[in-house]
Amino acid sequence: MSSFVKNIIRFALFILFQVYVLDKIRLHQMVTPYIYFMFILWLPFKMNRTLLMLIAFLLGFTLDSFNHAYGFHAAACVLIAYFRPFLINLLIPQEGGETNYDEPSFKSMGGMLPYLIYAGVLSLLHNIWLFFLEALQFGDIWYFFVKTFLSTVISLLLVLITELLFTRKQRFRTNTV
Amino acid sequence: MRNIFLFIRRYSNLLFFLVLQVISIYFIVHYSRYHNAAFGNFANQFTGKVNTQYSNVQRYFNLKKTNDSLVKANEVLYNKLKANFELPDTTSKTGVDSIKVDSILQFRKYTYMAATVVSNSVSAQNNFIVLSRGKAKNVKPQMGIVDINNNVVGIVTDVTNDFAVVMSVLHKDSHISGKLLKTGEIGTVLWDGKEANSVTLTGISKGVKIAKGDSVITSGFEYSSSFPKGMLIGTVEAVYNEVSTSYVKIKIHTAANFYNLQYVYVIDYSQQESIKEIMEKVKKQL
Repeated sequence: MSSFVKNIIRFALFILFQVYVLDKIRLHQMVTPYIYFMFILWLPFKMNRTLLMLIAFLLGFTLDSFNHAYGFHAAACVLIAYFRPFLINLLIPQEGGETNYDEPSFKSMGGMLPYLIYAGVLSLLHNIWLFFLEALQFGDIWYFFVKTFLSTVISLLLVLITELLFTRKQRFRTNTV
Repeated sequence: MRNIFLFIRRYSNLLFFLVLQVISIYFIVHYSRYHNAAFGNFANQFTGKVNTQYSNVQRYFNLKKTNDSLVKANEVLYNKLKANFELPDTTSKTGVDSIKVDSILQFRKYTYMAATVVSNSVSAQNNFIVLSRGKAKNVKPQMGIVDINNNVVGIVTDVTNDFAVVMSVLHKDSHISGKLLKTGEIGTVLWDGKEANSVTLTGISKGVKIAKGDSVITSGFEYSSSFPKGMLIGTVEAVYNEVSTSYVKIKIHTAANFYNLQYVYVIDYSQQESIKEIMEKVKKQL
């Protein structure tokens, strides 16, 4: 299956799962579990940064239109799409995982820990920016801090579970690209 | 000039990032205002269709609860029947009204229209409800929404042909004018963005006697003019003193349960237009 078709299917599945499963679960008023932004984590290494941000905007905007409040998720998604390349450059091992593999995963990032740092930082950024924009309207900073922290923990847990459940086949490509 | 182009080329990613952020924030500021239908039409129509499929399945799981509340609503209606009341003989006289005016049609103020909830949220900071009844079936913005037992749910903000988007009471821009049933004081019902099924009534002065369990109803004024007077908003749960003002903050438990809304009524207030007209006229004169 081509990468393009695969990503379109992923896009739809992540959005549907977020809207119809996670948004329907009411864990606690302090916790909003988010997983849909994993779509951005899973995009190929070699994607153009402008395109990356544009796709992230589209993803956030689609979720926003299900929530009827436009701009919140779009802003958060664009933020993590912008910071993703920096983070990959920092965390990728010396051998050049980004030329050997297509997408970020445990294998291509060189272990569980770098990948979880990658996912953790991005989900933290996503939640901080999202809840900050929401908190601006209500203005309760402590509530916003606690909510960001708890939601990030749950998001990270969900990312870990998803990674373990759905092992993606990662083709090893030669270095001579 | 060359330097500008070099600058743009060098920082094109950052600039593009900033542009996208500005667009998003523009949407946030612009769209979260009270009523705005800039481009929501297409998105609403699309998400509405997807949501309908989902709610068709979900409806079955709530049939029991829906039935229970319908029975309750019926009980209230049966109790209002004329046949239940016996008038003392001396005051009641049987006579024929000689003026034949179709007074029911003439003076009808509110019309109830049933609608099913297609999608509903309580966990977001700004919550919206989508109804499967739109412009084609006479739903217009500013109409009030109540649940089966006549408890306040929200106000319609946006309509497409087949769907209506409702700003629920659990929204930061929702300012419904509420009234304490016992004493008649009028305040504004707001949401603090935290707990679903819990809102606050502000603007009540400190001297008023309030007890836990008191009812808060719609006043029929200004912001809640979409609702008939006296619809239940909720009951008082706790009262807090605001330090620097002469008002108290009253925590209200909403009467409508926002977690499992399945069927609602859209209330068409036929005099809303004329009230708005006269208010604008007055404002112009000032």
